[in-house]
Amino acid sequence: MGFPDRIERTVELAHPPAKVWAALTTAEGLAAWFGNEAAIDLRPGGAAWMKWNEGYNAEMRVERVEEPRVFGFTWHIYGLPEGDPRRTYVEFTLEPDGAGTRLTVVESGFAQLADEAHQKAFDGNTGGWASELAELASYLDAA
Amino acid sequence: MPPDIEAVAEQVFVALADPTRRAILAALASGGPATATDLAGRLPITRQAIAKHLALLTLAGLVTAEPGERRRVRYRLRSAPMQAAQQFLAALARDWDGPLGALKDHLDREAREPAAAPLHGIPGH
Repeated sequence: MGFPDRIERTVELAHPPAKVWAALTTAEGLAAWFGNEAAIDLRPGGAAWMKWNEGYNAEMRVERVEEPRVFGFTWHIYGLPEGDPRRTYVEFTLEPDGAGTRLTVVESGFAQLADEAHQKAFDGNTGGWASELAELASYLDAA
Repeated sequence: MPPDIEAVAEQVFVALADPTRRAILAALASGGPATATDLAGRLPITRQAIAKHLALLTLAGLVTAEPGERRRVRYRLRSAPMQAAQQFLAALARDWDGPLGALKDHLDREAREPAAAPLHGIPGH
């Protein structure tokens, strides 16, 4: 299997889970280490976003909130066209480790194939542009 | 996991590994559907070589053949396989080490200076 579906990292942090939780799940925390600006509605289904000074931004949807152990969200797959419905799921797991925290992040869902409906929609879209341009041409010809 | 996404991505990378096929795909992406003759006029490649590569690209599902004017076959880029390849690249380009290092630094800094304001304030808030 050469196609990575999930990415997993674990880091040991010398800070208690409550501190790590705040850094992961508050706008102030996220803006201090992840994005340059952030907002979050911390409940399953809640919206969150981050912005970077370089002009990137990320829209997230909060999925799991189990303070102070599990925080999960989905976001758009970076690099795919905007409006593509495919998203990856990011889950942070916090485990107490002495006075500190063992933090694991898993991002999964990279190996989704566009479902047929989406594929049709996309092909339909390119066809749609061609026929819309043809309609514009005939409209201009008639004028 | 879908069984064939890797195969789809592989065909895209095989196609892109050849400079002539890259040039053909780039021409179709920028200029829209074209016949082999159109492409021969725009690229420094013989029509025969272009026809051979277009046949391979059609088999791989990266372009589709459709009827054009004067019974010439026109070739159109298919974007769906490119999206499978983009996902593969997205996984390779995903950087968690950078943000996790920044998280560690942030927590260490906060512990040293508990009353300090966050590094990045939100303008206007």
